[in-house]
Amino acid sequence: MKRVLEGSHSVAEAVRLAKVEVISAYPITPQTHIVERLSDFCADGSLSARYLRVESEHSALAALIGASSAGARSFTATSSQGLALMHELLHWASGARLPIVLAEVNRALAPGWNIWADQTDSLSQRDTGWIQLYCETGQEVLDTTLQAFRLAEHVSLPAMVVLDAFFLSHTYEPVDVPGQREVDRFLPAFNPRFRLNTETPCAFNQLAPPDVYMEMRRSIQDAMEEALAGFSQMEEEFSGIFGRRYGAVEPVECEDAEIILVTSGTITSTSRQLVKELRSRGERVGILKIKLFRPFPAEIIRQCLKKARKVAIIDRNCSFGAGGIFAQEVKAALCDLAERPVVFSFIAGLGGRDVTVADLENIYTQVRNQEVPQRESIWAGLHPVPAPELNR
Amino acid sequence: MQLELPDRDYMFPGHVACPGCGAAVAMRFLLKALGEKTVMVIPACCWSIIAGAYPQSTLKIPVLHTAFETGGAVASGVRAALDMRGDTQTTVVAWAGDGGTFDIGFQALSGAVERNEDFIYVCYDNEAYMNTGIQRSSSTPYGAWTTTTPGRDWKKMRKKNIVEALVAHRIPYAATASIAYPEDLFRKVAKAKAIKGARFLHIFASCPTGWRIPSEISVKIARMAVQTNIFPLYEVEDGLRYTINFFPKGYLVKEYFRLQGRFKHLSEQDLDQIQTMVEEDWKLLRHKAGMS
Repeated sequence: MKRVLEGSHSVAEAVRLAKVEVISAYPITPQTHIVERLSDFCADGSLSARYLRVESEHSALAALIGASSAGARSFTATSSQGLALMHELLHWASGARLPIVLAEVNRALAPGWNIWADQTDSLSQRDTGWIQLYCETGQEVLDTTLQAFRLAEHVSLPAMVVLDAFFLSHTYEPVDVPGQREVDRFLPAFNPRFRLNTETPCAFNQLAPPDVYMEMRRSIQDAMEEALAGFSQMEEEFSGIFGRRYGAVEPVECEDAEIILVTSGTITSTSRQLVKELRSRGERVGILKIKLFRPFPAEIIRQCLKKARKVAIIDRNCSFGAGGIFAQEVKAALCDLAERPVVFSFIAGLGGRDVTVADLENIYTQVRNQEVPQRESIWAGLHPVPAPELNR
Repeated sequence: MQLELPDRDYMFPGHVACPGCGAAVAMRFLLKALGEKTVMVIPACCWSIIAGAYPQSTLKIPVLHTAFETGGAVASGVRAALDMRGDTQTTVVAWAGDGGTFDIGFQALSGAVERNEDFIYVCYDNEAYMNTGIQRSSSTPYGAWTTTTPGRDWKKMRKKNIVEALVAHRIPYAATASIAYPEDLFRKVAKAKAIKGARFLHIFASCPTGWRIPSEISVKIARMAVQTNIFPLYEVEDGLRYTINFFPKGYLVKEYFRLQGRFKHLSEQDLDQIQTMVEEDWKLLRHKAGMS
């Protein structure tokens, strides 16, 4: 049924449809609308879950580690400082092979206090062993949340559904909310191989000396590879039931493109508009939207970008001292090609600064007019800072 | 003397605790009272090691090892999941050391108790970070040497009163217990098991390695802690009703202190001051129990 839903509420609808059994959460803007809506669902009986209103994000994830170990389908949501506080337990959840799903609303990290969109929070958790799925629209948020449970439970790894603060979390869009029967077909009840129980007592997460630890870590890497291989099969089934698919990446007009913009999240939508305009003026430009960041779909990305002359990667994030994080990953993927496109790396829209069609056109023009980038990473849309200010 | 306790054990022999470890004794008695329908959450502590390395386990019950500061939160989650499966019979226990309880895990414990989560939180207290090599915690008593309070920098702060902190939450049941009084310990565990909501047990568990005592006097030292009123045995129901379980004849604290290497630097004057502090605490406790 089509409904007009806020992005946050699309997450909550999916969690309801997934029949999550334990929710544990702590408030942080701009994630709060998700957990408020879930509170409503629990209060009015439309979701039968235990809801733990814990005293920190750290405890929110800790509680789910307990719940998931005991066999419950488990969910939380957070942002920014909250995700950073969870960091230790992000590693724990993947190491313990628990398919917890977390909705992460991309928000800038302080200081200064900033509640607006920025991907540095989730991308700086890239090595924690979580599947990461970036979303562009409200519909994609709902669908991806359902997919996240399916994928996570299939490979026994936790998964993060990532959406931009406000641009997506607080934006209302028409969303097709599927029926329970269809969702049940796609996502059967969680039935883990191992769970805490007194009939077959086992010890979980014990001391693991050097002679066993490495194999345990290898199994996580194998599970990530399985998640990558299983993603399209999962989407095949999803599209068979719901008629929609997104792809680990989505190439837009890339076939004959000389310049390809690589994007993620809501900047993709703005780029779609620019590409439409540029195409109407005869420019050979395309977009490669990256949805699946962990596991990283390097081979598909290579195939999509290899024929382009130039690639412009737009990062709403920065790894200080190294540059845009998507840029690093894409460059690493391309280096296996004998002939590869020239890569331009742009940092844009940090801390919620708007990235408009005009900004993107400016980026495109720079790329078209220069044979090679002038800098390792180019900061787009910076306000001019007077020299004395910088030198002080 | 024959103890009036069940013969059945839920621990295998061959665990890797140090000789004379009070925490190993405490676990054995605890499980005798809890039985096999128990799920245990163990945040980082000596017992993370004592329980054994993969693929072996010392305990005959399911155990979830978890991060240092998460005992209260993880146990809340386990309880929630068991409840969702309709299993309200299994007892969930968080089993943590003093570092994981008084210090790094205090926030999660306080949160869980405020929410009145239905599990038993047990702190086995050996009065320092023993597993990492005897560093001071907020449970380390006034006067103690540790590896982070060496020489003249011996600890000059009081031990945090964890039971009173939890009583301030109006916790349904809180009690102290000692490995030297196993029948009292057993009774309190059985009582805690029958109560619904948050329950806290504070078990005094001597540590020969960290306290610089011979392993064979481990239980004796624990008994002396009770007999000197350094560690009184008492219980509090609903954060209101205090019951003192043992009234010692009143040994002097210096007899307890002199047997332990961790206190050997203390002067007569220091010991007199500690005697006064212990007497003040005892008076306060008696007052709360309506006895003054």
